Amino acid sequence: MNKVDIVIVGGGPAGLAAAVAAKKAGCDSILILERDGELGGILNQCIHNGFGLHTFKEELTGPEYAGRFIRQALDLNIDYKLNTMVMDISPEKVITAMNRTDGMFQIQAGAVILAMGCRERPRGALNIPGYRPAGIFSAGTAQRLVNIEGYMPGREVVILGSGDIGLIMARRMTLEGAKVKVVAELMPYSGGLKRNIVQCLDDYGIPLKLSHTVIDIEGKEHISAVTIAEVGPDRRPIPGTEERYTCDTLLLSCGLIPENELSQSAGIEMSRITSGPVVNESLETNVTGIFACGNVLHVHDLVDYVSEEAGRAGENAVKYVKGQLDDNASGKLIKLAATDGARYTVPSTIDPGRMDENLTVRFRVGDVYKDSYVSVYYGDERVQHRKRQILAPGEMEQVIVKKEDLLKRPEMETITIKIEKE
Amino acid sequence: MTYDVIIIGAGVTGAAVARELSRYNVEVCVLDKEEDVCCGTSKANSAIIHAGYDAEPGSNMAKMNVRGNYMMDQLCKDLDVPFKRNGSLVVCVHEEMLPGLKELYDKGVKNGVPGMKLLSREEALAMEPNLSDNVQGALYAETAGIICPFKLNIAMAENANVNGVDFRFNTRVEKITKGEDGLWHLRTNNGEYKTRYVVNAAGVYADVFHNMVSEEKIHIIERRGEYYLLDRTVGDHVSHTIFPQPNKFGKGVLVAPTVHGNLLVGPTAIDQDDKDATNTTQFGMDQITAKASENVKNLPLRSVITSFSGLRAHEDHQEFILGEVKDAPGFIDCAGIESPGLSSSPAIGEYIGNMLHDMMKLTAKENWIATRKDVLDPKKLSIEERNDLIKKNPAYGQIICRCESVTEGEILDAIHRPLGARSLDGVKRRTRAGMGRCQAGFCSPRVMDILARELGLPLTEITKSGGKSNIVLEHSKEVAE
Amino acid sequence: MEQRHLTCIGCPMGCQLTVEMDKGEVLSVSGNTCKRGDIYARKEVTNPTRIVTSTIAVKEGDKERVSCKTANDIPKDKIFAVMQDINHAVCKAPVKIGDILIENAAGTGVAVIATRDIRKIS
Repeated sequence: MNKVDIVIVGGGPAGLAAAVAAKKAGCDSILILERDGELGGILNQCIHNGFGLHTFKEELTGPEYAGRFIRQALDLNIDYKLNTMVMDISPEKVITAMNRTDGMFQIQAGAVILAMGCRERPRGALNIPGYRPAGIFSAGTAQRLVNIEGYMPGREVVILGSGDIGLIMARRMTLEGAKVKVVAELMPYSGGLKRNIVQCLDDYGIPLKLSHTVIDIEGKEHISAVTIAEVGPDRRPIPGTEERYTCDTLLLSCGLIPENELSQSAGIEMSRITSGPVVNESLETNVTGIFACGNVLHVHDLVDYVSEEAGRAGENAVKYVKGQLDDNASGKLIKLAATDGARYTVPSTIDPGRMDENLTVRFRVGDVYKDSYVSVYYGDERVQHRKRQILAPGEMEQVIVKKEDLLKRPEMETITIKIEKE
Repeated sequence: MTYDVIIIGAGVTGAAVARELSRYNVEVCVLDKEEDVCCGTSKANSAIIHAGYDAEPGSNMAKMNVRGNYMMDQLCKDLDVPFKRNGSLVVCVHEEMLPGLKELYDKGVKNGVPGMKLLSREEALAMEPNLSDNVQGALYAETAGIICPFKLNIAMAENANVNGVDFRFNTRVEKITKGEDGLWHLRTNNGEYKTRYVVNAAGVYADVFHNMVSEEKIHIIERRGEYYLLDRTVGDHVSHTIFPQPNKFGKGVLVAPTVHGNLLVGPTAIDQDDKDATNTTQFGMDQITAKASENVKNLPLRSVITSFSGLRAHEDHQEFILGEVKDAPGFIDCAGIESPGLSSSPAIGEYIGNMLHDMMKLTAKENWIATRKDVLDPKKLSIEERNDLIKKNPAYGQIICRCESVTEGEILDAIHRPLGARSLDGVKRRTRAGMGRCQAGFCSPRVMDILARELGLPLTEITKSGGKSNIVLEHSKEVAE
Repeated sequence: MEQRHLTCIGCPMGCQLTVEMDKGEVLSVSGNTCKRGDIYARKEVTNPTRIVTSTIAVKEGDKERVSCKTANDIPKDKIFAVMQDINHAVCKAPVKIGDILIENAAGTGVAVIATRDIRKIS
């Protein structure tokens, strides 16, 4: 069986950044396995701008952002295989993969970095009543058809869900000559970034209806209309609020789900909240030597954070294969808890001995909070208390934990992140 | 075009009759208004092979069910159709209803159902730990099974086609009259067909065709059944098919594993007055949730990957109408084929085949081919065998549907075999591409590209399921391509 | 004096900005957390601009469309005029990232450039 020090599953933004960082950290045996025909992942179809402000200090489109990392990976001579599907990852880090030229093959990996990204929640999982005709797409599928293949799904569009891809597609379809009639969002707040609401909906006069959902789909062969209704606090439709919209296209942007079937086959413990692996400060899963980063770990709002996180996963994987990761392990695990409006944290645990001087802890809130505080408690002691004008579920938040602070508190068992009114 | 026998409907009943007739030297054609086989009731049902204790003793339903169930092992072996005898449990959750289980058992004995057993609460729970805490007892039937309903339908049709039966799709029968030449004349949107015999296997439309030729009218009501399909990760929540005790609307909401490892929950039973009303409703979906939980606990409904609905062809007397229509000689009904229609289909095919054999004095073909191979599934091969296959045909190395691990090779096979797939749904039913948890979000553009390339059609003409179900409207940009 | 409320699109934070204006003159901008917010607000109330991203048809490429963007921001009211030019443009593979595909889109003086490579197929 072939042996490779670090196998990276997925050649999108996470996989590329992990590979580049691992190579720069001194590992020469790296292999990226990518299922698509080119590197770059979903960024290739995200042709809009707004990427890279943090990473490159300029505003790039998705393909340009991906292009910079692809260029780095090629310049560093990092190996990759395209059109290659990973079929299985064993707890012993044996990767089984397949493509047209190599057939089915196995690789013994020293370390594995999971970077498979996420998928969209399909119509079926949303339990929308009605017919099941042609003309219903997840927003990302439509994005691929329009941006890569050059086809228009239709001309009269209704969008359910205000996730970023849905907002972006509202603008894309409008620019391509379609009429986007309405964006309906089940929740009382948008799942997307505020600026996307401004420049994708407001700029084009597209109405956003919060607390609304699709309650019926008409059309036996091709979609012809949908009915939208307001929902109450229980998210059930309110009778009498129904409005019918004729349309030939329904786009769904109702959430992203980390793509973790392979992780589960490797015996990796999963978080019920993020649907991603549970990881420690090194972004390592409960299976030692298997790391996770990017949207397979938790769905990010910005690719810049994916790249940063993936870079750390890459560096930690190098330490692992060089046998250095446990050099300073303290054997002590501090738990991270998210309460009072904070939904989860990544990572879930910290070994102070293994962490860098500063560790970024990322989390999301479960509701919209105005004029509130993000607080961090070391045990019962509140150590951070930062006022925020607005906190929204669509945006990822972060706090920094300092190693020296943890070392000063040897008795501490839990770090808690809370949203507080005062 | 003139045939000896025309079968209206390429569902599981029509396909079963077609296959039986393909044994003989006779010119047969199957007409269907849809673009493919298996587009009506046959594609949206419980995928269950019933044991046969439900139907009234002596009825066609009872006879055909028990005989069909018996035939299923050999048929599925011959035609390479996924089928598993997983056994079923009718669960009683109210002590006062326990006598009902015994009545079902007695009916089963009268119908000739083998392998039944009345279970105590403890025995039932030992067999199926996720039964409701209220379980009082159960009727176990070891011959009950689960099947891929698409594959059974497709396999019988393909096998009939290989043995010389013609299939005409997108062909809607509009009028049936008896000509002066003594033949039945079928006017369709694709010209006129003439035939000596008509087999009416038109599902929910069977009453329409029957009533065109007979004064003894029949009435079929569309009884809608809505279902939830759950992810494979929860497919082992039960291992047997779990039924509630039956009521006048049918067998109730069942919970069953599918032969592909998913979990199926449903159906509702709501009478419609629309032969195409295959939409789901909030009311129906709420009802499934409430009813299914009566018999099975902790149902993981969070793992729903899709919901769908199908229409049962419910005849007013809840009986299969099988045979020549009295005042229309040469017109043979297979009407009112609702549950247990899938289970009964091979027996109905055999029964009608024998009937026509006798009526028409048919002779057997010498070179009849009894078997058929399904689309090759590389997942069943060893790594070495798989690599040999990929070396010969690299398309087997390219995964197109990641959720169900379907390769391009399988999709090409599905397109190019007899009665091959011409739409996304056609590919899905033959290969499972798009049937998984992402519900074709990932693979549909890729399958569309393959269909367009292989069928020599522009992408704008590729459909989800024939007719006007085109997936993309037009090229973007105003430039000549 | 009038007040206008805006959501900043300079970065994902989406700061809520308040612009105080008098007879078309900006008096003050508040609510921004960085310099970009101030610039955005002043521009948005006087001469709003946007970057336009889309695709252009490609001949002889390994893909039928190449993604593109305006090299700089263009006046907001010119978006659809620029799209007209983009919709009618055709380019030939190979295309390199940064290649100018339209020199002067809709008379704005701004070029439309490729945002990815497209390989030529023989």
